[in-house]
Amino acid sequence: MPKVTVDGLEIEVPQGATVLQACEMAGKEIPRFCYHERLSIAGNCRMCLVEVAPGPPKPQASCALPATEGQIIRTDTLMVKKAREGVMEFLLINHPLDCPICDQGGECDLQDQSVAFGRGASRFEENKRAVTEKYMGPLVKTVMTRCIQCTRCVRFAQEVAGIEEVGAIGRGENLQITTYLEHAMQSELSGNVVDLCPVGALTSKPYAFEARPWELKKTPSIDVMDAVGTNIRLDSRGRAVFRALPRINDDVNEEWASDKTRHAVDGLTHRRLDKPYIRKDAKLVAASWAEAFDAIKAHWTGEAAVVAGDQVDCETMFAARELAGASTLEGRQTGLAYDTSSLSAVNFNTTIAGIENADVILLVGSDLRREAPLVNTRIQKAMRKCGAKVFAIGPVTNLTYQVEWLGDDLSALTKLPKLLSDALKSAERPAIIVGGGALRYEGVHGAALALANKYKLVRYGWNGFNVLHFAAARMGGLMLGFAHDGGIKALAAKKPKLAFFLGADEADYGLFAESFKVYVGHHGDNGAHHADVILPGAAYSEKSGTYVNLEGRVQRGERAVFPPGDAREDWAIFRALSDVLGKRLPFDSLDALRAEMAKAVPALGVEGLADYGWSEPSLPSDVTGKIVDYPIKDFYLTNAICRASETMQKCSAELVHCTQFLEAAE
Amino acid sequence: MLADKDRIFTNLYGYQEFALKAAQARGDWDKTVDLMKVGQDAIIEEVKASGLRGRGGAGFPTGMKWSFMPKAPTPERPNFLVINADESEPGSCKDREIIRHDPHKLIEGALIAGFAMRARAAYIYIRGEYIFEAKVLENAVAEAYSAGLLGKNAAKSGYDFDVFVHRGAGAYICGEETAMIESLEGKKGQPRLKPPFPAGAGLYGCPTTVNNVESIAVVPTILRRGAAWFKSFGRENNHGTKLFQISGHVERPCVVEEEMGIPFFELIEKHCGGVRGGWDNLLAVIPGGSSVPLVPAAMMMDVPMDFDGCKAVGSGLGTAAIIVMDKSTDIVRAISRLSYFYKHESCGQCTPCREGTGWMWRVMEKMRTGNAEIGDIDTLYDVTKQVEGHTICALGDAAAWPIQGLIKHFRPEMERRIHEAKGDNMLEATE
Repeated sequence: MPKVTVDGLEIEVPQGATVLQACEMAGKEIPRFCYHERLSIAGNCRMCLVEVAPGPPKPQASCALPATEGQIIRTDTLMVKKAREGVMEFLLINHPLDCPICDQGGECDLQDQSVAFGRGASRFEENKRAVTEKYMGPLVKTVMTRCIQCTRCVRFAQEVAGIEEVGAIGRGENLQITTYLEHAMQSELSGNVVDLCPVGALTSKPYAFEARPWELKKTPSIDVMDAVGTNIRLDSRGRAVFRALPRINDDVNEEWASDKTRHAVDGLTHRRLDKPYIRKDAKLVAASWAEAFDAIKAHWTGEAAVVAGDQVDCETMFAARELAGASTLEGRQTGLAYDTSSLSAVNFNTTIAGIENADVILLVGSDLRREAPLVNTRIQKAMRKCGAKVFAIGPVTNLTYQVEWLGDDLSALTKLPKLLSDALKSAERPAIIVGGGALRYEGVHGAALALANKYKLVRYGWNGFNVLHFAAARMGGLMLGFAHDGGIKALAAKKPKLAFFLGADEADYGLFAESFKVYVGHHGDNGAHHADVILPGAAYSEKSGTYVNLEGRVQRGERAVFPPGDAREDWAIFRALSDVLGKRLPFDSLDALRAEMAKAVPALGVEGLADYGWSEPSLPSDVTGKIVDYPIKDFYLTNAICRASETMQKCSAELVHCTQFLEAAE
Repeated sequence: MLADKDRIFTNLYGYQEFALKAAQARGDWDKTVDLMKVGQDAIIEEVKASGLRGRGGAGFPTGMKWSFMPKAPTPERPNFLVINADESEPGSCKDREIIRHDPHKLIEGALIAGFAMRARAAYIYIRGEYIFEAKVLENAVAEAYSAGLLGKNAAKSGYDFDVFVHRGAGAYICGEETAMIESLEGKKGQPRLKPPFPAGAGLYGCPTTVNNVESIAVVPTILRRGAAWFKSFGRENNHGTKLFQISGHVERPCVVEEEMGIPFFELIEKHCGGVRGGWDNLLAVIPGGSSVPLVPAAMMMDVPMDFDGCKAVGSGLGTAAIIVMDKSTDIVRAISRLSYFYKHESCGQCTPCREGTGWMWRVMEKMRTGNAEIGDIDTLYDVTKQVEGHTICALGDAAAWPIQGLIKHFRPEMERRIHEAKGDNMLEATE
């Protein structure tokens, strides 16, 4: 490990570190615009200049310079100060001073660094350059005059999102960042360029002119749009959530978030259920809580079926389970009925961060880009890092990287093409990812496990068997026993008198025609339409909840705002209902509930990766047929919150259905 | 004065054909295989011993550059030679003459140099505007292929070597070696960060050497006549012959091969018929192409025209593109025009050059009209210092130096204009 001296302080830095990293380790702040830990090094902003000996007698860009043994680095000399002031002055000569109307104000790198490292005044007396706006889609607002050409967005698009649609055109002063022919960015991750942009050139379109960062209350939370469990921060003011931003968690989402995670939050204020309803004469009529509870009591026989939706937290499911009994639970509302006798056999065992190290990956009926965009980026990373080869069984779709498509015939899973079997044989860290598109078919689960067995996908220090879920509630639900033998159809066949639906909007309500249906949820969506009684609950932003992501990681989010109107936190609804039904639940607070839940399922009491061990159920492995399609048809409209979101509607119309939106002036 | 027998470029003026037959009559491709037989390291040693310094402007010893290349390339990661024929520096026109009239010198040089550095192929990146030259070069390469001088078992040496001609699209920055590599790869011509240097990771990530046309074209002759012969010309550290390109206010502008270190006065007097209107009419000289600072007449007369000689007067030899300006020149306007050129050609990748070149040009325009304050001259100088040395490639330096040279030597002229525009009569004050 090389030893370097930073401003007189001798420190040891890891092999391969840059001078900038060395300076940071020594506690020195190095201003930067183009440098970003998770992107390639561009070295073009020249803000990170420091003096390095030995070297030429001029300041060096520290972000691109490797730290080597015996270097003497100075960050506090006159030369460095002048260099930073010079670069800052250059950056500002063509940057409009429109901070008062700029959405980046208050969280702008250029503002902060010009205060800290700038000269304070400009000597530039000529006219400033102006740049026309570029269209980048429904989520990214551009004010390109503010752009300082750091190319972070370009590098993000290419390296993380995997699209080649963002680039720079022109040269010199006329260098401009734009998308290909000014089309919308065709990416599920486009919103991240807003966070990356160090200035106000790329800002969030739905959030434009809404709020200033210092007015907002920041609450750590967990995203429920997919099963990745993105760590987010909800920024709220009053009762409204204004935006969701990713928090850094290297094990889960690094520092990215999908567009759905970021921009579905405006759906939290539309189509909300804010009072109880009872169906009278085929019409839903507003009622009081007491009336609603009494209506349920009329159908209560001591037990009930519970169908959990995709976005439910563990606390809600636990409370429902305690009330309704453990034998009539189901969470797989779309009808999947895979075996759940071993949780490890339905888990993403490689872990999200671990899949980066795979060298051969087989996707079976999994459209990762729509089902879990942040897992998709990890695979892209695996290709870059380990030269991973990716094979896929299923209909061809654009996953943003090179995939060897093996056709949509499932028999490829038992009779492997030579190409694949050779690759699996020689691989050191092979992995299989079985998606929801394949689990629909009988035998696929067993065949995948047999394949894992044959090619030793599970070996010392490596578990390459993965099932990819895309409902945030799924793993938590499975841990709480929300899986009925034979799936939801078998549950419905039991003809329960009373059935609770916890935000289940994707379920086939026809199956439960004879049951008394109680919908506990937050949006007036599919579930509410079929319900006999509606109990208004809280959305993910309105309750503290425990979620388990697709790799079995137990995570907790906090409450950012209160539920609207008469709506209550879901667990409290069940607690109150239990009183009416005469089966009082043994908890009066969330903490007490969590303690009970931890008693029942200890893993849910500890944040972090749950240990399922590894055990294989023996399952039939004969497969026939073809994978017809993938479950997610429209990435932007997968759940009730999205469907209520104007932004997501717009994204869907433009990016999925290719509707052209004319500007108001046209 | 260089004797005719010591000239390397014997068809510089195109009195003979460029084609293979004529070239062979001039001695090109003569027993090339014998030159290669001595072995790769011996060739590099010979070039090192000749004292040849890169002719593209920076003057880096050519032999040493070649010795940085890996000695045992693999088929998966071959070595490459890239020949820089993107001659876009205002004032430079030597590569044009070589390619136009003596392309086989370059192609033979490419084979020998490529062989010496164990390269699989050479890419000749030719300036987009050189349409005729590119055609000549493509013809010459085709001739060499059909004569078995390139391709498999090139020139019967047992070495496989290909030469590709790649035409640029007219960007000055693509003459910078790493930008050239980017451009060859089909990307936007923007310089790369160094390190890694091209010898480590260049074209397609493989070890690459980028050489100027002239550096490569003189190699066969050096090997034929020996390093000692080449070294006998010029002063210590500045050996050999060189193509000088004299343009501007001389009687007969020309490209001429001369010994390194020939005094400026002698060079102009002998080959160009002197300065237009007599030597007293000389105002200033830019001795090495637009990117080096100008030198006023009085300082220039006895300067030996080589790397160290020009450096001693605060300028540089560059590509030896000598721009002579007599007293009819509006010197501020001339430098302002150069500033415009750099503003236009900046690639826009890094901040100081992207923003600084435009600022410098705009202030220079104010200087030209005199519509400025005296203090603006100091600001301008400060801005050039803020650009110089802070950029990824040398274009920032190249944009800053001409202005620094102007301010250093012609500040009174700039001040005079400002006073004149304001209506201040300087004469009155002194009377």
